[in-house]
Amino acid sequence: MALLMTILQRLAYAALLLIAVLVLNFSMMNLAPGDVADTIAASMGGADAEVMAQIRAEYGLDQPFLVQLANYIGRVLTFDLGYSYFYNQPVTKLIFERLPATLLLVITAQLLALIVGVLLGVFSARHPNGIANYFVTLLALFGYAAPVFWTGILLLIAFSLKIPLFPVGGMIDVTVEDNFFAKAVDIAHHMVLPVITLGSIFLALYSRLCRASMLEVLGSDYIRTAKAKGLTQREITLKHALKNALPPVVTLAGLQFSAVISGAVLVETVFSWPGLGQLALTSILARDTPTILGILFFSALVVVVGNLLTDMVLRAIDPRVRGRA
Amino acid sequence: MTKHFKSMLVTTAVSTLLAFGAVAEEPVRGGTLIHAMTQTPRHLNPAVQSGIATGAPGTQLFAAPLRYDEDWTPQPYLAESWEWSEDGTQMTLKLVQGATFHDGEPITSEDVAFSVEVVKENHPFKTMFAPVTSVDTPDEHTAVLNLSQPHPALLLAMSSQLLPIIPKHIYGDGEDVKTHPRNSENVVGSGPFKLVEFKPDQHVIVERYDDFFMDGRPYLDKIVYRIIKDASSRAIGLENGELHMSTFENTVRNLKRMSENENLTVTPEGYAAVGPLNWLAFNVGSDGPLADKRVRQAIAYAIDKNFILNAIMLGLSEDAKTGIHPGSPLYNPDVNGYDLDVDKANALLDEAGYERGADGTRFSLTIDHGNPTTKPQAEFTKAALSKVGIDVTVNSYVDFPTWAQKISNHNFDMTWDTVFNWGDPVIGVHRTYSSDNIKPGVIWSNTQQYSNPKIDALMEEAGREIDPEKRRAMYNEFQEILAEDLPVYWTNTVPYHTVYSNEVGNPPLGIWASGSPYDLVYLKQ
Repeated sequence: MALLMTILQRLAYAALLLIAVLVLNFSMMNLAPGDVADTIAASMGGADAEVMAQIRAEYGLDQPFLVQLANYIGRVLTFDLGYSYFYNQPVTKLIFERLPATLLLVITAQLLALIVGVLLGVFSARHPNGIANYFVTLLALFGYAAPVFWTGILLLIAFSLKIPLFPVGGMIDVTVEDNFFAKAVDIAHHMVLPVITLGSIFLALYSRLCRASMLEVLGSDYIRTAKAKGLTQREITLKHALKNALPPVVTLAGLQFSAVISGAVLVETVFSWPGLGQLALTSILARDTPTILGILFFSALVVVVGNLLTDMVLRAIDPRVRGRA
Repeated sequence: MTKHFKSMLVTTAVSTLLAFGAVAEEPVRGGTLIHAMTQTPRHLNPAVQSGIATGAPGTQLFAAPLRYDEDWTPQPYLAESWEWSEDGTQMTLKLVQGATFHDGEPITSEDVAFSVEVVKENHPFKTMFAPVTSVDTPDEHTAVLNLSQPHPALLLAMSSQLLPIIPKHIYGDGEDVKTHPRNSENVVGSGPFKLVEFKPDQHVIVERYDDFFMDGRPYLDKIVYRIIKDASSRAIGLENGELHMSTFENTVRNLKRMSENENLTVTPEGYAAVGPLNWLAFNVGSDGPLADKRVRQAIAYAIDKNFILNAIMLGLSEDAKTGIHPGSPLYNPDVNGYDLDVDKANALLDEAGYERGADGTRFSLTIDHGNPTTKPQAEFTKAALSKVGIDVTVNSYVDFPTWAQKISNHNFDMTWDTVFNWGDPVIGVHRTYSSDNIKPGVIWSNTQQYSNPKIDALMEEAGREIDPEKRRAMYNEFQEILAEDLPVYWTNTVPYHTVYSNEVGNPPLGIWASGSPYDLVYLKQ
């Protein structure tokens, strides 16, 4: 019952938050100088005043701001995110077309980084003064500090140009035959470099956090007790230490999952991955307001849902959270 | 006499050799060309969308009445002949027999009339077909364009992506052609290739249309246009052989590196009609010092063009002295090119009444740039002008609309810009200098607010002149006056290059680059 109340309360907050996000986003987009008429004219190599006025009228950009805002909120409440100026398609359709590609990339990178990161973190916490520990630290710092596009290009030069193992970009090779297995292998082949690139940032975060958290736990009294009971090192690490060191890592992972789009923009551009990140970039450069607003709204939705889910997972793995509601 | 005869013999021998050379390279049928694209098209119908992104696949899907060779000579395409009336106010097109759209329907003069009407109504380049008053269709294969005045620019406006012949039975259904769903799906075209699939931000795939009106063509089975926005990724794809070709490449460092790859050819050929220029525009209509042409000339003299050409562009860009691209037959290379002369710059500024102040500064100006590729020029200009006592602040705009709003509303001093000629001067050159075209809010209009009745009159006359020699003389004078008035300081051609693998035969090196039909392109072996 208490759980249900908590969930309902959270959902109410979330709805209010989303409306606030809508109003804020819409207002900010309107504050920026220039509009889609400029970029359409530019993509056409110039246009005359008559054409520009025509474009503005077509998209309702000649209406007063408050009218535009009210229209927009009204439409979103009926689950209509509007029509893209640039792609000439419904925004919802665009987002759902691009979503699978981004999810595939981000979730794979996240899971991989989470598993490898936790393993590395545990390992280096167990041997805090070993050479391997320094190696992990170095790797983590490098992954975190290196700009994504730079890592991406470097990987491309190494494994696409010098040793041509992987394709330079895209998600599928259009010449590959049309059967499920061949396609899956082809997509996996295309995914390797972008996943490594995107994963390298997350890996750094998880391994460092897991290491710190483990070190703290390993120093506590109950670990000493466990040792005194004669448990094996393996049992202590997995059952006692890791279980207690994990909540901060899960919280971080939840936050990172929410950043689906922001993290993917650069990686998707470097590797021509046809996901939401590229959609976001194209629509920002084209000042395609409905699409930008749609993506922002969708991201806000993902953040809200992601936070709810993280809460649930934390409740499951950490009994202490349950008491607090 | 004998000497002349000898040289004729030599010429004949050389051309025979050339002919043999051509025979040795017999085009091969088949294969899939993988072609990189730098941006995603909005849709694939060039009749209602200008720009190079739609143009590349658009010219494969749709045929135009004419096509051009490397020497700017019109060639028959969908029109087997074209003829001006005596006074130049009527153009009669005879269409090839038996040409069909991709759905099998015949291409008729009705479709030509419809296409002209759609382009005239919707295309941003209003000057292309503005003088066309009506199109008569006396029979299925004859279209007569009636003009209100002679209009020589019509020929270029009927080529490449500018006049795609689109099916009336599809686009004439009453829906707005600009947002017609068939612009990106189930496209029924008239060109050598038909659409297989268009996925924005991913690829455009086209395949050979077997009933194309030119027998035996196209040679390729398929073209896959892969949309790869990152220039470095494209370069790697070309170097490792994953991509056969890319056009409109202008990252000079990548180009330098690729030109060292023995499997690749990197060439600036093919952009003459596209006519891309970089220039420094002055707000001539502002109250400040830039209203004085001596100040503008002084700025030009103070900027070392050789530094831009050799250090910034790494020698990959051509000197452009006027607003007409050096590749155009109308280019006048004999105008003042403003070679570096700091003393003259200082003298001109003194003469204009802008003495140096106590701190050595005469006055301050701002310079805006919106396109990141012109950032080095903007920074170099600041350094160069500080030497003659002009203090410059550089404003960078990452985002195009912000920059465009500022410039198009005449709220600037100087800006670096990239502007295309688009074939005939009437289409892409006049707009920058015509006093009728000072239109606030419209980018790439006469944002300099330059106004000179003599220039207006020359453009008016040259636009109507059908005698090529007289027309040329008018444009020569036009360029001389502009080089003196200097509303814009033209510096260089944009270093657009076509990069192609040695496997590619007949790459598009005509005047329209990738905006030309690829029916002759083939893959060797």
